[in-house]
Amino acid sequence: MIELKQVNKSFEGRQVLHDINAIFLSGKNNLIIGASGGGKSVMMKCMVGLERPDSGMIEFDGRNLLALEDQDLRDVRREIGMLFQGTALFDSLTVEQNIAFPLEMFSKMNPSERRDRVNFCLKRVNLENINNKYPSEISGGMKKRVGIARAIALDIKYLFCDEPNSGLDPITSRLIDELINEITHEYGITNVINSHDMKTVFDIGDHIIFLYKGQKWWEGNREDLKHAQTEIKELDQFIKASYFE
Amino acid sequence: MISKPEKTNIFFKRISDEMHKIGIGSLPIVAITALFIGAVTTVQTAYQLVSGLISKTVIGTIVSDSTMLELGPTITCLVLSGKVGAHIASEIGNMRISEQIDALDVMGINAPAYLALPKIIAGVIMIPLLNFIAIALSIYGGYMAGELSGILTHQEFVSGARETFKGFTLVFSTIKAFTFAFIITSVSSYQGYYTSGGALGVGESSTRAVVFSSVLVLFFDYILAEILL
Repeated sequence: MIELKQVNKSFEGRQVLHDINAIFLSGKNNLIIGASGGGKSVMMKCMVGLERPDSGMIEFDGRNLLALEDQDLRDVRREIGMLFQGTALFDSLTVEQNIAFPLEMFSKMNPSERRDRVNFCLKRVNLENINNKYPSEISGGMKKRVGIARAIALDIKYLFCDEPNSGLDPITSRLIDELINEITHEYGITNVINSHDMKTVFDIGDHIIFLYKGQKWWEGNREDLKHAQTEIKELDQFIKASYFE
Repeated sequence: MISKPEKTNIFFKRISDEMHKIGIGSLPIVAITALFIGAVTTVQTAYQLVSGLISKTVIGTIVSDSTMLELGPTITCLVLSGKVGAHIASEIGNMRISEQIDALDVMGINAPAYLALPKIIAGVIMIPLLNFIAIALSIYGGYMAGELSGILTHQEFVSGARETFKGFTLVFSTIKAFTFAFIITSVSSYQGYYTSGGALGVGESSTRAVVFSSVLVLFFDYILAEILL
């Protein structure tokens, strides 16, 4: 479980996150939704340690990320996997080398064990026989899957997905959603997904947080969302803007 | 940036890869530049020494000394600040804008140490070696130009080159190459690491890397000459 307590963040005097309190549950798809510029990406960056909040606490199963010593912080980070919006695969490395990268850096596996683990991860994301291809030689959807395979190569506890469907066609988007959903429940991972794709929200969103202008406007599950929509104007506008009617 | 590498074997493999990229990858441009600089120096020195009172061996002396003192390390490193510096800045800059550096950070890897340190170490090993090759080829270029154009005989060139040779000249040249190598690799890595603003930003970082490292090479060229000569 990840818990945010009174997290504030500003850039050059402009407050981007206001007193955010939120809980992200283990074994669930926790979605952060909201319009662009609403603070979703900054909130995720604070959670993975790419940005440091001005104040507040971010606890990973009781360990406050902002107060940890270097070694403890590294230990927590090795429990984190992240799927970036642009996949962030290393373009100088092959698919196999990309997935093996965290294993080489942090595990004591020998080359044969590493290869087995890479093949297992590739199979898990429904990809095979692309080990020697470079990221530039595969499609956007395949890159996303390789990104997921790299994220789960180590036994992670927390998975962060930043706009996992961006740039993908609707069919591939649903496949990626299904894959993320399966992996989350199969491994009991605390999954945090940053998205403004309402189809993703209604398909796999177990726990949803709606951010509006840097503030947590609403929090609940997808069953409550329809009801909340009738009461909260900003949430209603956001959801309706996603429909093609 | 200076911190214990996560895995020593990966760190050394990265240094070896970078040594290959910087050293072998830069060899053709360094060789071509050095050969022509030596040849041009011979021809131009002969053109300026029109007096019959001055021995032609002086041409050999001027070519070899100026090559070791200035042309070898400085011109080589100015060329390398364009070739190696731009490459380092654009490679790291591209990793920055495509979130690859963020991916390293999220994994808990010290990104500057992982990306920049192997390049700096490889640079300070390989660039002084390239400097030795540049000096040898430049003197050979000068010698060949003298011989082929009939300006002076090979005995005159070799005798002039040997006449005033001092071991310290070569040491000074190596100190310069070492210092310039550190400047080129560290300035370019810094510019690449702090790239922002997309593809345009990568171009700007590469330009800044070349300009700043070239200016610093020239500045430290003067400082080292003042201090050590």
